[in-house]
Amino acid sequence: MAEVKNTAEHQQAYKERYAALGRGAAAHWPAPVQQRRAEAWQAFGALGYPTTRDEDWQQTNLAPLTHIAFSEGRGQVAPELQPRLQGHPFFDLGGPRLVFVNGVFSAELSALENCPAGVTLLSLNEALASGRPTAAAVARHADFQKQALTALNTALFQDGALIEIGRRAVVPAPLQIVYVSTGDQASCASFPRTLIVAAPESQATIVETYLGFGMERSFTNAVTEIVAEANAWVEHCRVQQEGPGAIHISAVQTYQTRDSRLSTHSLALGGELVRNGVNAVLDDEGAEVVLNGLYVLAGQQHCDNHTVLDHAKPNCRSREYYKGILDDQSSSAFNGLILVRKDAQHTDAIQSNKNLILSADATANTRPQLEIYADDVRCTHGATVGQIDAEMLFYMRSRGVGEQDARHLLTYAFANDVLQRIQSTAVRERLEAALFARWNEAQAQRAGQAAKL
Amino acid sequence: MLEIRNLQAKAGDREILRGINLTVKPGEVHAIMGPNGSGKSTLAGVLAGRDSYEVTGGSVTFLGHDLLELDPEERAREGVFLAFQYPVEIPGVGNMYFLRAALNAIRKHRGEEELDAVDFLNLARKKMKLLEMDDSLINRSVNEGFSGGEKKRNEIFQMAVLEPKLAILDETDSGLDIDALKIVSQGVNALRDKDRGIILVTHYQRLLNYIVPDFVHVLSGGRIVKSGGKELALELEDKGYAWIDDTVAV
Ligand SMILES: Nc1ncnc2c1ncn2[C@@H]1O[C@H](COP(=O)(O)OP(=O)(O)OP(=O)(O)O)[C@@H](O)[C@H]1O
Ligand SMILES: [Mg+2]
Repeated sequence: MAEVKNTAEHQQAYKERYAALGRGAAAHWPAPVQQRRAEAWQAFGALGYPTTRDEDWQQTNLAPLTHIAFSEGRGQVAPELQPRLQGHPFFDLGGPRLVFVNGVFSAELSALENCPAGVTLLSLNEALASGRPTAAAVARHADFQKQALTALNTALFQDGALIEIGRRAVVPAPLQIVYVSTGDQASCASFPRTLIVAAPESQATIVETYLGFGMERSFTNAVTEIVAEANAWVEHCRVQQEGPGAIHISAVQTYQTRDSRLSTHSLALGGELVRNGVNAVLDDEGAEVVLNGLYVLAGQQHCDNHTVLDHAKPNCRSREYYKGILDDQSSSAFNGLILVRKDAQHTDAIQSNKNLILSADATANTRPQLEIYADDVRCTHGATVGQIDAEMLFYMRSRGVGEQDARHLLTYAFANDVLQRIQSTAVRERLEAALFARWNEAQAQRAGQAAKL
Repeated sequence: MLEIRNLQAKAGDREILRGINLTVKPGEVHAIMGPNGSGKSTLAGVLAGRDSYEVTGGSVTFLGHDLLELDPEERAREGVFLAFQYPVEIPGVGNMYFLRAALNAIRKHRGEEELDAVDFLNLARKKMKLLEMDDSLINRSVNEGFSGGEKKRNEIFQMAVLEPKLAILDETDSGLDIDALKIVSQGVNALRDKDRGIILVTHYQRLLNYIVPDFVHVLSGGRIVKSGGKELALELEDKGYAWIDDTVAV
């Protein structure tokens, strides 16, 4: 395939957007944030889109981005898509939520009236414009000097979410951010930006959902920064279920200090070309992080997960479990680095990536990596690519369970431990339902095709 | 109910079954004995529809169906049950969820109403009592972490719930201590019925003290080389297999 090119149309479209923002909303942001925005714009200009010659992008070709001069989308959901959005299992989890449509904040779709004490959910633009101190931390952690797409987001985001969990606040219901890419307008691009700050000893679950409905090509370039301060407990779920024409590139940057606990779950179900980066920094003793991921792909979907566990200080613990289920001609890449810096003695890190291949044409690439500069550590990693076990399948069929049902049960069983690691019952149950619905749909489609033949 | 005629099968290029003839009528219990590697599990597997074997000749009729034409799940729904010699562990699939799915598939096929979770659990508990199974098995994955004896008991428990018309038990007694053997035999005997056929594959005469067969067959080198009544098992125990078929090294 051809490589992605940084065409003149692109540059022009981005340039206009950058300039318009600078005259508009961003003019009211704090000076340091404006400064970072400008640096990021320069960095993107110098870096351009990464190509497959770039070591970190060997498995993911961004060529489909080349000829699209992306435009801004309408910040509204068309009436005919409203029922699908509001009926979506991840639209309403019972807690407060911020909703954005094609990157634009939607007050009507958001629900902020029952925000628990000690918690702030705010449009990031509003927070920046009103000089809220926490908001000024945006772009402090996610690296825009070397990561081109993080630079692009940092230069072009117009809005996004700020979630602050105050000191010792304990939040029962999940706090939600919903980013909708309507997908009913051609070539619509959005740059959602999220900042989550959990103050010391706080506890919360945050669900960040990316939804899309239409068939058109869309581009979501998202960056999320999560800061977990001393002894905070944060569960972060990122559910991506965009439409079939979506190009979705995301970076999650986490930063943890002393004794904090963070789980970040990545559930990639939608989109056509997907790249999810997670960069987790453990920057003080006693911090623990869990990276838990599931990608379920079919058709021509491609999903690339790129994770870095950055052990910067001693006595931290990381666990990473990523699983993929690949059907049809789908493909995946997993690239996981455990980086143990010189000071990070007594690091305890486990990483695993397992893939279940359901079709002869699907391919999973996996590359776990260790880079260890400390000498007293425990790090293990492993990766597998396999198929449904023939003996298990026969056993189930020999009891009367139909072949497709048995395959679904075994596929579900494969994914089960990833789902069980999600502590929020509301999220877990909806995901289980979403997976079953997806398989039933696939089965119905196959039955339909078979009937036509 | 089961009519096996000159059945031949191979795995890879290896011929394993070389012309099996066997008739099972409703209500009968047939024991099949024979040396290691003689083809007993192959026969059981071919009857259940295991696809690692290729049937190269002969026929199998089961209650009027050409059994070899049916998929494994269709055979099960028609009433064939195989208790595996080595039951497989299926992590992540709940034991009860799985069994209910199986039972409901069979009931649906028979035109009966499917059981909901509550009715199913009531039924399952009754059968668990019969096999003196621990309640904790309800919440576990299929065979996962079960001891050898628990796996075999779970096979018979599944059989008790599914109530097949033809049960093929492949070495369900191997490796059981005497208490477990009694419990398993009790479970099987409870299912003995004038309409149900049972095929017991075993190496050990001891099982046949608890489940008394109507016929005993010796399978050797892929053929049934001798058939008789239950006294044949005793004779085999005394003399081994060599006296029947001197091609067999014991
Ligand atoms: N899938 C296979 N591929 C190749 N050879 C096989 C396969 N399955 C079985 N065999 C061989 O066929 C022969 C018969 O095997 P089978 O398992 O039927 O024997 P058995 O009578 O059940 O033995 P045992 O008493 O040890 O259980 C053995 O030599 C075995 O190694
Ligand atoms: Mg055997």
